Amino acid sequence: MQIVACIKQVPDTTQVQIDPVTNTLVREGIPFIVNPYDTHALEEALRLKDRFGCRVAAISMGPPNAEATLRKALALGVDEAILLSDRVFGGADTLATSNVLAAAIRKLHEQDEVGIVLCGKQTIDGDTAQVGPGIATRLGYTQLTLVDRIEHIDLEKRVIRVRRKLEGRHEIVEAPLPVLLTVVRELNRPRYPTVPRRLESADAEVKTWNNQVMQLPEPTIGLKGSPTWVSRIFSPERDKGEIIGDGVHDPEGTANLLIDKLLSKDLLAL
Amino acid sequence: MASNPSLFAPMLIAAGIFFVWSCYRRFSLVTLGRPEDRFQRLDVRIREMLLYAFGQKRVVAKPFGINHFVIFWSFMVLLLANGEFLVKGVVPTLSLALLPAPLYHGLLLAFDVVSILTLFAILLAFARRIFFPPAYMSTDYVKARSVEGFLILAFIALLMLASLGLHGAEIALGSEPAAAFMPVSSLFATMLSNSPLAQSLVPIASLCWWLHALVLLAFICFLPHSKHMHILTAIPNCFFASLEKPNTQPREEFVKGGEFGVDRVDSFTWKDLFDSFSCTECGRCQNACPATTTGKSLNPRQVIHAIKTNLLANGPLLQKGGAPVIPLIGEEGEGSSTEETIWACTTCGACMEACPVLIEHMPKIVKMRRHLVEMESRFPEELLNLFENMEQRSNPWGIAPSERTKWCSTMEIKPFEKGVTEYLFYIGCAGTFDSRSKQVTVALATILDAAGVSWGILGKEEKCCGDSVRRLGNEFVFDKMAKENVQLFREKGITKVIVQCPHCFSTLKNDYRQYGLELEVIHHGELLDQLLASGRLKLNRQVSDLGGVLFHDSCYLGRHNDVYEAPRHAIHSATGQAPLEMERSRSNSFCCGAGGGRMWMEEHSGERINLNRVDEALRSSPDTICTACPYCMTMFEDGLKDRQAGQTRVRDIAEVVAEGLRPV
Repeated sequence: MQIVACIKQVPDTTQVQIDPVTNTLVREGIPFIVNPYDTHALEEALRLKDRFGCRVAAISMGPPNAEATLRKALALGVDEAILLSDRVFGGADTLATSNVLAAAIRKLHEQDEVGIVLCGKQTIDGDTAQVGPGIATRLGYTQLTLVDRIEHIDLEKRVIRVRRKLEGRHEIVEAPLPVLLTVVRELNRPRYPTVPRRLESADAEVKTWNNQVMQLPEPTIGLKGSPTWVSRIFSPERDKGEIIGDGVHDPEGTANLLIDKLLSKDLLAL
Repeated sequence: MASNPSLFAPMLIAAGIFFVWSCYRRFSLVTLGRPEDRFQRLDVRIREMLLYAFGQKRVVAKPFGINHFVIFWSFMVLLLANGEFLVKGVVPTLSLALLPAPLYHGLLLAFDVVSILTLFAILLAFARRIFFPPAYMSTDYVKARSVEGFLILAFIALLMLASLGLHGAEIALGSEPAAAFMPVSSLFATMLSNSPLAQSLVPIASLCWWLHALVLLAFICFLPHSKHMHILTAIPNCFFASLEKPNTQPREEFVKGGEFGVDRVDSFTWKDLFDSFSCTECGRCQNACPATTTGKSLNPRQVIHAIKTNLLANGPLLQKGGAPVIPLIGEEGEGSSTEETIWACTTCGACMEACPVLIEHMPKIVKMRRHLVEMESRFPEELLNLFENMEQRSNPWGIAPSERTKWCSTMEIKPFEKGVTEYLFYIGCAGTFDSRSKQVTVALATILDAAGVSWGILGKEEKCCGDSVRRLGNEFVFDKMAKENVQLFREKGITKVIVQCPHCFSTLKNDYRQYGLELEVIHHGELLDQLLASGRLKLNRQVSDLGGVLFHDSCYLGRHNDVYEAPRHAIHSATGQAPLEMERSRSNSFCCGAGGGRMWMEEHSGERINLNRVDEALRSSPDTICTACPYCMTMFEDGLKDRQAGQTRVRDIAEVVAEGLRPV
């Protein structure tokens, strides 16, 4: 049995700016990171590997430079890293993306049975939280979202019991394998790669599957397979704020001024 | 004469063989260590050896060290006397009496006087151990090793007494023609003659001779197995000491299949292992260590001792190609250091500054950290974010690099440009992002402009120097950061750098040299002093509203880089008064607790280091505590809050000077 972790390369959002003309993210010079939720998915896959000895494959759809993300996964200990990259995959919405990822998982399943697929609950650039459930739907797997703890796994009986983190409560759910889990940060603490693994991963193979390999009909992928499109993207205007008083030379007066301001805006209750 | 060559000779040969065999066993273990070149610049090495080993420079830095100085030099003189004793014991005709008479008589006088001096020194040492032991002698670890200390003192005392007794008896018997040159022994002779023992002088001489012989042989056999081995290793250890201050750690080559860091004793270098045999167990390192002082499990002396114990236990197995049986890292007990111990070090360097035989403790601890981080990814959990932030965003907090210029949003700042600006002002992460330290940055920038210094910044291109990750043993990430910075500095043609953080200072100055980048790095403490002394910086008024200003030495400025006086001069120039001093200052300064990456870690056990230091500062009743390091500033401000000492403020030295720029 193998486990698949779906990961995505995302721009480091603390540094993202929006181009007002094209309505797109300015990606130039912005460093990329592994989507933070996905690092927890990857970690859980590796923990299951440590526990049950099953294989772990990491897959990612993205441009060629997303290879760096998969290399990090290799440094952390995945057995196989596959980049799903082709121009025709570009411009995909969550539906088209889940089509490609689901197809890749099906292809992996042909080599070795896939029991569990792990995804982050959402990405920090798109924030839709749709791709994980989309993959589960396409594959016909049970989807367990927002998992913050795996309570029990029995690979022989093919069942998994997890805890879901919902607003103000937890829910414990059991489901038969195969399943797709989307995970939250509380699930685990990602490991840190050892140096020998990093060095090995530097020239380990990241496989690239383009559409010649995948053979997916073009209307289901990329821009053509995407019923949704972004009409506008913008940052909401924010008050500039003001500097009040002179804290260095009149701390007391400034503190009073601040309290008055906060009181007048109902931000402070007496 | 009482000697019996036919009896003594075989004993001497047996002891000699045992001694040589013991020494060989131990020194051969040292060769298990990895290679390291400690043979460059022999002239400097010889000078250091003369100064620290023969001159006992560090030993006499503490008052009681003078006692050791007396014992050491007596030992050197008496080496000749004891050598003669052993030779004469086998071949009675061979003696120093064969030398020209004036020389021989001079030597006799020296031996005689030195013997009684030694006896006094030994009695003092006894008295100190019993009646007024230093505080650090009360720890369990030291108590357990105390028997050995007493035994060694007893050996030496017996040797002196036996020698004086022997010569006294011989003089009393009239069989010593050179008695006139032996005033102390003559005194013993008079005492013997006037006592009931006068009737048995011959057996007394014989008894003293054999006592002297047997104790000497026992000592020779015991020596390589005790801490007294340092009389063999301390002198070469000073010779092989690091020529530069051990304020940095060696580089690692990252090649596939490599082992990184140290978790086996044979992964240390031979010098690391030799250090462990050189430890005199004097306890000065533990006395100076902020971790030991505040009740952490780290005791630098014990770390060195554990390496020695580990080597003695595992070495013979390793020599036969076997595997070690005692882990170097992990377990409590002899021969191991726990992970908690390894992470407790602030890399302040106080241990190395205190060590009389120049043992380099800190690099060994960092080497063990490297193993934990690089090979096993095992480290206190709070470091995970730090490591990722450093690698991802090149600052400890993970703040976006695009925000690196926010501190100067209200100022007109030039970018560094070769040929246009003279200095790069390397702001450092704290000065860039920490709200309190940003005030220091602005103060310093204002001063630089007021003094007409030509300077520019890297702005968004500036990256963290990597100090914390290196001291924390994440050499892999440091290596990447250092290479990026070195390349950036080269591309920009940067040669002169102003820094306000001693950690940036030491890293740019010392660590980057390992990457072939020689920079002229100046800490603002030095620069302010220069600007004020040369008159380039003219203050509008004397700074008086800060009250009594106390200066705290940052470890990476003072101990690691010997900058002690410049910041004090600058304070003096600005305030018109020499700064107040703490009990522990300059090279003896006590760490704030934030060095070595401890800034980013929780302090779970013992007293908090910063509180220990804050309490010390408050004993001088300062109005202002002046720091020269952003970490020290944070630690002091936190500590003062804990102690509810709101009336005492913390100011960076730049802020103290900038006060003087305010209009009158």
